[in-house]
Amino acid sequence: MSRSRRIDLYSTLWRLPLLVWQGLFFVVPLVFMAAMSFWLVKNYRMEPAFVFDNRSKMLGRGAFWDAYWLTLGRAALAGVLATVIAFPASLFLSFRLSESGRRFALLCLIVPFLTSFLVRAYAWQVILAESGPVNAVLGSVGLGPFTMLNSGVGAMVGYLTLVLPLVVIFQTWSLAAIDRSLIEAAGNLGAAPWRVLVSVIIPAAKTGLVLGAVFAFIMTFGDFVSPFYLGGSKPPTLTILIIDTAKSGQQWPRAAVVALMMIATLFAVATAALKAAYGRRG
Amino acid sequence: MDPSLYPFDDFWPEFQKFPGHWTDDTLWSVMVRYGLLGVSYNTDALTREEAMSYDAYWNPKVTGKVGHFDWHLPSLGQVSLPNGNTSPTPWDIDATAWEAVKEKTLSLRPQVGGYFDYGGTFSSLKNGEMLAMVGIGDWITGVLAKDGAKVDSVIPEEGGIQWTESYSVGIGTTKHEVINKFINSMLGPQGQVKSIQMAAYPGLSPTMSGWKAIQEANPDEAKRSGLIEGADNDPIKLFRDGRIFYRNTPKQQTLEDWNDFWSDYKSA
Repeated sequence: MSRSRRIDLYSTLWRLPLLVWQGLFFVVPLVFMAAMSFWLVKNYRMEPAFVFDNRSKMLGRGAFWDAYWLTLGRAALAGVLATVIAFPASLFLSFRLSESGRRFALLCLIVPFLTSFLVRAYAWQVILAESGPVNAVLGSVGLGPFTMLNSGVGAMVGYLTLVLPLVVIFQTWSLAAIDRSLIEAAGNLGAAPWRVLVSVIIPAAKTGLVLGAVFAFIMTFGDFVSPFYLGGSKPPTLTILIIDTAKSGQQWPRAAVVALMMIATLFAVATAALKAAYGRRG
Repeated sequence: MDPSLYPFDDFWPEFQKFPGHWTDDTLWSVMVRYGLLGVSYNTDALTREEAMSYDAYWNPKVTGKVGHFDWHLPSLGQVSLPNGNTSPTPWDIDATAWEAVKEKTLSLRPQVGGYFDYGGTFSSLKNGEMLAMVGIGDWITGVLAKDGAKVDSVIPEEGGIQWTESYSVGIGTTKHEVINKFINSMLGPQGQVKSIQMAAYPGLSPTMSGWKAIQEANPDEAKRSGLIEGADNDPIKLFRDGRIFYRNTPKQQTLEDWNDFWSDYKSA
């Protein structure tokens, strides 16, 4: 008994910093934000209250639901695009590169995260501008100029810049861990390459593929930089709506309502994704 | 704040007892600089004559290329002004006038290419993505023009909006001496010259000695920013002509009403 108790104390001690951190910097602010969403603002000052006015005000507005469906749709599209674009690269990294080559490639994929995403977004402003290099190349073959900046295209470029390296990393880790004997067995049994891909590789790498997609969704759903700096806020997403609402006479309680809706959506999507990633078939 | 500590005698009369800074004879804040918001435009796309009316935003030459500095009060103020809402201010309007402002603003939506913060406003004007910008003035285009961009700002015939930067002293501070020294330093001729020529957020001078100092230190800049009495773009002349309105908050509607409409407009 004393030995198991010692072990429990030992393991609890190591868990404690994370629990304290999450409690102080996630749970407490979340509870505070939830409570604040019931408060009122009078003369630019928040006053504790328990009213549902903020909910009815925000959730009853067409602008909120326009922003909600736009954000949801863009995040879903970014998740799908990132998964599809990353997959061939991940396959190559997992099956065609040596162990050391793969390590080097993964290191290169981490490098973009060493630069501020805001700086990368500003770089895209130059690249995507009508007078930028992309349109210059297209112009040399008689195409364009195309408006890419301050549009949905610009925002999507930003989203993919943010998430694509991460999705490739998730997918590569998952694909590289597949037992090669399964693939060889499928080949020996006469399965065509596409059949091996669909029936063996993708199911075996399901966890990484789903986690990559859901991380892409989560990050783009809450991203402010891409829709603002590359999408021109046109139309606004939920993150932009939060800024607009908070700027309006210190309406933090109404902004909190938007944030809570975002958290609820992300929680539902993440739960469904984890179930899909780790759930058993049949 | 103690008014005797600051050089109000050196202020242009228009700024000596500026609204929002005083309640009766009690001083709450000291203006150190200000600027004017009008029509900011790409000089290759629009002529100065075209820019001298807010109709420039609806000009087909800038369709899809009109940007908004993403703050509703100056932007909606610049729509309220050409609607004739000048008495008393573009923000003190009744329900009918407010509806008209909303309708006119929505008619601008097809022209709009984006909504920008400070950095986005700079880059979109600099790279030509936006050819006109609502809600800004020389504090942006003056900086860009010095860097070679083909942009300018004018105060249209319908009038312009004033932004103001002022300093207050927090209750409970024990650093009164340092604070007052800093405010006086900013208001002094050399402080004003630096403020007028700042690389970012340049502003105009509310003091007569500031004008004189910039005329001596940098005559070209004094001329460019109108800090010469009687010049066409002399801000004091514009004030006296009744063409400048300091940026205010809505009086007959709530701030939320205006901001909610701004969100609706952005997603329209």
